Parts: sequence; structure tokens; C-alpha cells
Amino acid sequence: MNAAFQGIGASVRRTEDRRFVSGNGHYTDDMNRHGQLHAIIKRSDRPHARILGIDKTAALAAPGVVAIYTGEDMQADGVGGLPCGWGVKNKDGSPMAEPAHPVLAIGKARHVGDPIAVVIAATRQQARDAAELLVIDMAALPGIAHVRDAIAPGAATVHDDVPGNVCYDWHIGDKDATDAAFARAAHVVKLDLLNNRLVPNAMEPRCAIGEYDRSGGEYTLTTTSQNPHVIRLLMGAFVLHLPEHKLRVVAPDVGGGFGSKIYHYAEEAIVTWAAGKLGVPVKWTSDRSEAFMSDAHGRDHDSTAEMAVDAEGHFLALRVRTIANMGAYLSTFAAAVPTYLYATLLAGVYKTPAIYAEVKAVFTNTVPVDAYRGAGRPEAAFLLERLVDVVARETGIDRVELRRRNFIPADAYPYQTPVALEYDSGNHLKTLEGALKASDWAGFPARRAAARAKGKLRGIGMSTYLEACGIAPSKVAGALGARAGLYEVANIRIHPTGSVSVFTGTHSHGQGHETTFAQLVSDQLGIPFSQIEIVHGDTSKIPFGMGTYGSRSLAVGGSAMVKAADKIIAKGKKIAAFLMEASVEDIEFKDGKFSVAGTDRSKTIGEIAFCAYVPHNYPIEELEPGLDETAFYDPKNFTYPGGCHICEVEIDMDVGTTEVVRFTAVDDFGRIINPMIVAGQVQGGIAQGIGQALLENAVYDDQAQLVSGSYMDYTMPRAHDIPGVAISDEGTLCTHNPLGAKGCGEAGAIGSPPAVINAVVDALSEFGVRHIDMPASSQKIWSIIQSSRLPMAAE
Amino acid sequence: MYDFAYQKPSNVADAVKALGADPEAKALAGGQTFIPVLKQRLNKPTVIVDLSKLGLTGITVTATAVTIGGMTTHWDVAHSEAARKAIPGLVDLAGQIGDNQVRHRGTIGGSLANNDPSACYTSAVLALGATIKTDRRSIPADEFFAGMFTTVLEQGELITAVEFPIPEKSHYMKFRNPASRYAMVGVYVAKGPKGVRVAVTGAGQGGVFRHAAMEAALSANWSPDAVANIKTPPDDLNSDIHGSAEYRAHLIGVMAKRAVAAAG
Repeated sequence: MNAAFQGIGASVRRTEDRRFVSGNGHYTDDMNRHGQLHAIIKRSDRPHARILGIDKTAALAAPGVVAIYTGEDMQADGVGGLPCGWGVKNKDGSPMAEPAHPVLAIGKARHVGDPIAVVIAATRQQARDAAELLVIDMAALPGIAHVRDAIAPGAATVHDDVPGNVCYDWHIGDKDATDAAFARAAHVVKLDLLNNRLVPNAMEPRCAIGEYDRSGGEYTLTTTSQNPHVIRLLMGAFVLHLPEHKLRVVAPDVGGGFGSKIYHYAEEAIVTWAAGKLGVPVKWTSDRSEAFMSDAHGRDHDSTAEMAVDAEGHFLALRVRTIANMGAYLSTFAAAVPTYLYATLLAGVYKTPAIYAEVKAVFTNTVPVDAYRGAGRPEAAFLLERLVDVVARETGIDRVELRRRNFIPADAYPYQTPVALEYDSGNHLKTLEGALKASDWAGFPARRAAARAKGKLRGIGMSTYLEACGIAPSKVAGALGARAGLYEVANIRIHPTGSVSVFTGTHSHGQGHETTFAQLVSDQLGIPFSQIEIVHGDTSKIPFGMGTYGSRSLAVGGSAMVKAADKIIAKGKKIAAFLMEASVEDIEFKDGKFSVAGTDRSKTIGEIAFCAYVPHNYPIEELEPGLDETAFYDPKNFTYPGGCHICEVEIDMDVGTTEVVRFTAVDDFGRIINPMIVAGQVQGGIAQGIGQALLENAVYDDQAQLVSGSYMDYTMPRAHDIPGVAISDEGTLCTHNPLGAKGCGEAGAIGSPPAVINAVVDALSEFGVRHIDMPASSQKIWSIIQSSRLPMAAE
Repeated sequence: MYDFAYQKPSNVADAVKALGADPEAKALAGGQTFIPVLKQRLNKPTVIVDLSKLGLTGITVTATAVTIGGMTTHWDVAHSEAARKAIPGLVDLAGQIGDNQVRHRGTIGGSLANNDPSACYTSAVLALGATIKTDRRSIPADEFFAGMFTTVLEQGELITAVEFPIPEKSHYMKFRNPASRYAMVGVYVAKGPKGVRVAVTGAGQGGVFRHAAMEAALSANWSPDAVANIKTPPDDLNSDIHGSAEYRAHLIGVMAKRAVAAAG
């Protein structure tokens, strides 16, 4: 491989980083439109309250104020509610409860941060001043934060039309087969566990600018989104009732999303609608405090898991009951997360023959919960990998051996799980063995002894995780309740002089697509990397797209590019055959050249492109001019990345603090385009996973006030909390997409939390600790050590 | 933030006059607490008097004392070789406040006047028996703090300098709040001209306090073991999502022991 190689497999430096790190990024809040007004959202400071009246008089009289709108104002103008993009059915086949989700609260405020009114003024300062003068008469109602409180008899009702607060009560798997397996099991191991609620905390807070062009009646929304076409579809069709050709959505540079910028948020509809009402642009920018109470949160499961095991340690059946917190309203993809992105993953890497899972989704007076890096799969991996460790401990079988014994063997692929998915490829033994070696698992006892000599408790833990990326195919997703397709779109436009613009329906908000996709297209078409630009994030430029989430961009969006490149090559062959007076079948394409097989005659793709756009000598009777092809790619299946993460921690016994001292990740991502970018994705995902395991926690009190509503209380991981991570890959190719790629964006956040907690529990094993819920804070660990040191007075 | 008038006087007398003339006027030192408070609209001053041009910066070290100007940044204290030679524990403490950005702006006078119950400097002032010098008087540390976010400073009274007597030995140990990185418990131990003194920050409901039981034990026997078994009653300690009063009580013991060990 020469130094200049920039195709598939090269660690090309990210081209986009130059503008990001030099202050030349083009983020939504950097943009200001002529005559723009500023919106401030007045939010509820109560968890749950009836809105008795809103008096705008004083606020309207404040300097600079142009308009104040409430939910009733918008409803009266025909504005609809925010839709949920996925419908889940109850056990009895009835549809889930889907209460109204008004853009601005009508009648009741249902969580701290629920938007109640928008104040629009000449400056942001004036809007903020006026918002303080709004008089909102509210009558407090009891607030509910936690799922068990929501389903307790006599609990207050978040939505008057959803008695009992249950959104859906869903299940998957074979209950009878599972019960039968439990009845004959040698061991049954049961574990209760919580998956802690997280606040996404993208570096760039959300921002939206609405514009209205009076001459053509066209609306433009510029927004911090991971999927502008989806926003156009949802906002146009359901909320503002605008046809797609009169609504443009632009998502320029976006500073991180982690899922929280997938959803269609109220503020996007508010600024777009208000721009039309007022005839001038309207801008809203979230501050960090608002982000804590209005960006969709992640996780928040309360589960019980049971494994039936035979005398030799083979898993016979898995039974899971989960209550998932939806928050106060259904966010765009919320319903899918604890069902099709969670319970379908409960087989993990194991050949457990029977699985039955029940999931109850409930409403509470909290910020809506939706997909956050991993979305359901971290919850599944955490539950399963914790349970497997407890099984090992309680059956006395070594945890590595237990995993080996239950792995789906490599020769069993494709493998149909008992929970709907069919895995196409994987080799869990290979990733496990690779990680054992890379982490020096065998040398751990010596490291533990050395740590003990300096007064530290050292533990080691692993997870052998599997996840599913690129939700697909559309037909199956539709049958499962998806209300949209899940394909991806690529348009490759070869320009007359040979440079290329690639339009993708995916969106990059930190992933480095401008580099990865350029490498991919360079590889496919033999055009230099420097001649290729990747365009994303604008519905007026890109034919269509479903955006970026679920680690789908390469596996689905990249596959669409391969399909489009194939069309370019096919057309190029016809042009080349004409120019070189050969038959199309004899034209070969390689490294950017069309050649006649068995001869030295060839034309470069640049020559072909020029000929296509200047068709003086061209098969014009048979072929249209131009070299511009679009492909829609609908995957045949999910992809299934997986791997083995091994974590070592040291605990300071005196104060309870945990330090992650070693971390090893050996993953299977299928085909890798840019190893450096993949390593960055893994490192970042693991940072978030360590954050969830040890530090982060969105805490609500029993009245549903958000206690950890700022960085004073919400523990974001810092650089020194994260060790260097030894990252390597033991890939098996995806068998059903043209690249063989699986996706790597979320894996780090999926595999790492159970590895960390397994290590913490291992470190504390001498204190009889069986499980510790996340985050394993110093206070929690100190309490465990403390209580085990107490004299037997309690007995 | 709300609108306010802004003044930047060039001498202490003018600053004191501006602050004294208006009960809603506020002094701006480093602003590392005050500016976020303003941005969150939690305070609505009429006038902000910027103290940065009063000439109150600088560190003077004599044979017996380190004197730090009220507007001296934490960064400057943390990087003063002369101060480090005299009171290494104090210099280490300054280097642990906030982050680099905060240390470049935050000042000792601002920190003490604010008397945040989780601030670091308060413990050093109390344990070392420092004297707070203002535009009108000298206040001994034991008389300066008056409960959380409260001091005996009068409206418009400015800290011009803080004088620390040089101890024989001293050290600060901080257990950080994992989220904010303020002291969840910070313990400063000192043995010097003012005797053996132990001050605890971050833990007490009333802000920084002296730990009499530990002072007695260390006076008798300056060693980590002397404080190892001293239990701190949790009754008057803070409790929050990161640390219960009992956990803080325990941490006081651990931090004190480690501080004594580090002090030598």
C-alpha cells in the first residue's frame, strides 16, 4: 500500500476537520438572516400542572416584542401535533396509546421543560425579558418520575385519555416454550436491574431558523438535525400541512447528535410556522439548561431477567420483563426503542433456544425518552451480559468458559434467533479470543495482587455483545410498525471535467462522512479522493434520504453509493464501447479506466464524462447525455456488528472511587473503510459507555423535578475519566450488502457498560456483591464496602 | 443577563465609593461564579464595579508571611515559586480550583467574598489562620466567615489582600464532586504559628468549619494515624445526590488522614 493510497482501508485524515477546528464550521447558530426575529420558549417549571390561563398583556407590551403564541393559538391555525414514527401493538393486537403531543402545551404541562408559549421579539434579550412577564396561571398536579410509580394503583394520570399511564404492553418470543424450559432447568438465575436515564449532551445545542419566501410561498427550516428529509416529511405532512415542494429543510454542520437530533422537535415547527405568520425569519437557539429539559433523554429501563440453565451450563431459556419510561410524550422513534431495537436483541451472541420478553412502556412526567447512541441495544446488552456473569458466578462455571459454551458457533450462520432476527455473519469465538489475548486476561491475577499491595481493589470484566444496525428491510420494518421506509439514497454526479459531487441522504454530525464516503467513491470509480465532494443535509439538493442513526450510514447509505456507482460504470461502459468501437460486453472497468478486454485501448472515466456532457461523438440515439445516477438501496436485513470488550478497574477502598485502568475492544464491523475513523467512533462510544456505567445519571426526584439539570449535578465524563483504549478488529463480512460493512457508530456505547460493571462487581466480589446498578458512583461503592464491614449487628 | 451599568474605577477609594453609593451595586472580581449567575438571571444588579484596574494583584513573600493581593488569580498563585517555597499546600490548593480557564480568571478575593460552601480557598484561610485585609480593616479568619455565601464584609467593603502566616507544615486534600469538581469534601491541615488547625470545606451546611476533635488529636500527635479513627458526626453536613452526610463524614476522615500524610 503506497503512502498516497486513499481508497477503502486507508486511514485518511478527516477532510472536514480543518474547518471544524479552525472555526470555519457552518453551524445553524452561526447563521443570521436579514430581518430575523428571535424566539424564546416559555417552558413549564412544574412537572405536572393544569394550565388555567395565560395572560400575555404585560409581555406583549414589552419593548421589541412582535408576537406571543400559545398552543391554542397554533391549534386554532390548524397546526397539528408532533407525530410518532412507529406504532407498536399491545399483546392483544390493539394499537398503543398515542396521546396528543401538541407543539405547545394545551390544557396541561406534563414535564419540567414542556413548552407552553413562544415569545418573539427583535432581540433575544427582549424576548427573554418579555417571557418573564408572561403570566401563566397553573394548578399543580402530582408528578410521576419513575416507571413503577406510574403503574402503581391510584397513580396520577399523565394523559387524561391514557388511564394507568400504559402506552403499550407488548411481548415477543415463545412464552410456552420458555416456561417449559424453566420448569426443567437445573438452575434459574434471576436479576433485577435498572438502565439509568441519560441526557445526550451533544456539544452543539439545538437551534432552528424558520424562513418564509412570500414570492413563492416557500418555507425553509435550517435546523440541527440528523435527518432533514424525515423532518420535512413529518413537519410538512403532520404538523404544518405543507407540501414537500414548498418546504426545504437544511441541516448544515451539526455538532453531535447521538440520536437526540433525529427527532422532530416542537421548536422546528414553531419557528417555521411563525416565520410564515410574521413574514420574517425567526430563530431559536437552545441554551444548555434548556437542552437538559427538552432534548430527548435516553435509556431508563427497569427490568427483571431470568435465565434457565441446565446442569452443564447451557442456556435453556431467557425470560425478561421490562418497564420502559417513555417520558411525558411519545418522541419520534420512542415506541420502537424498547421493543424492536431492544427485545429482538436479547439472544445476544448465545444460542438460547427459547426467549420470552414482555415490555410495558409507560408515560411519566419527565422529558420524552428516545433513541440515544445504541437505542435499545445497550439496554439489551447490559441486561444479558450482566445476567451471564451472574449465571457464571452462581453455577460456578468460569465466565469465559460459560460464554464459549453458549456462543452461536461460526458455522451456524445464518442463524435465526427466537426473537425475530436472522443474524447473517459473525465469529464470537474469534473476537473473544482476540480480546483475551489483547487484554492479557491470563495475566490479570498478578495485576490484581499488585493493586492490592497498594490498597486498591482490582477487577476485570467482559462483555461479548452483539447489536443490530441499519434497521431494515423496509417491508419488515413496516410490518413491525415503522411508518416510514428505511432505505437510503445516493446520487453520484460526475461533472463534465471529471470531478464528482456525491449527494447522500445520510447526514454527518461528527462521523466523518465527507472522508469515508469520498474514499468509498474514489475506490469504486477510480477518481482521486481530492476530486470528490460529499453533499448532505439539504432537501433541495438531495433526492431523498432517511438520515443518520442506528449506525446505518455506511451499511445502507454507502451501499446506495455502490449501487449508484454501478449505474455510472454501466453507462460509462456503453459510452466507452461506442467510442472504442467495441461491444459493451468486452469493456472492462478498473481503476478509473474503461478498456477493451485483451487490448491496450482504454478511456479514462474523465474522458467518458466529458464525452457524456459534450456529446459531439456520442450514441445519442440510444443513450441520454450526462453522467449522473441515483440509486435507492433497501437493505435485505439488519447488519450485526459485535465483539468483545474487556475492562479493568481499580477501586479506592477508602473512598469508593473507580478508575478504569485498561480497556480492550475487539470488534467485528465487517468491511472497514477508514480504520482511524472507526477507532475514533469506538473510542467515543466507549467514553459514553464508561460515562453511563460510572458517572452519568439523569435524576428526577419523587415529584418529577429534574435534579441533575446542569453540569453542576450531571456528571459528564471528562478526558481523564477515559483510559487509552486498545482497539482492534476481527471482522466477518456482512453477507447481504455490497460492501460487507456492518456499522460502528454505536458499538462502543453498547459493549462497554456491561464490561465496566462486570469489572466493578468482580472487584467487589469479596464483599458479596452480586450486582450494582449504574452509575457505579463512589458513594454507592463506598456504601457497599461499608455495609459489608459492619459488624453482624443487622442479623 | 439583565441590563446593568458598568464601571471600572482605577483606585480602591473610587470603587468603594461606587459600591457604597448603591445597595444594588455589585463588585466584579474574576467573575467565575458571578458571570454565570448573571447569565442565568439569578441576580439583577444596577451597577457592576469591575475591580480589575485597582492594582490589587501580586504575591509578596516575607520570612513569616505570604500576602496575596485580592485580585490575584488562582493561576498566579499556583505558579508562584516563592509562594510554593513558603506554603506548598496553599499553592497546590490554588492549582486544584476549577479548570485552567477558571484559574486564569478567578481570584482569591472574589472566592473569599463569595464564600461558596464548596470553595477551596476558605479552608486554607481558616486552617492557616490568615488575615483578610480590606479597604478599611483587617479581619482574622476565625471572624470572617458567617455561614454559606455570607461573610462579615460590609456593603462595598473590598478585600485588598490576604495575609497567610507561613506554617511549619500544611496540606490540602480535596475530594471532588464528580459533576461540578467543586470540593465535596476538602480538608486543609496546618501546623504553624497559629497552632494546629484543621478546616473542612464542601461538607458543612454552614460552609467552612474547623474540626476541633482533629485539631486536638493532631496537636497531641501530628500523624495520619492520629486522625484515622476520629469520626465526624454527620448531623450538620450536606447531603445531595453525589454524597450523603454520612459519606461526607467518612470522606472528612480520609481526606484529613491523607492531608496529614502529604504534609509530612
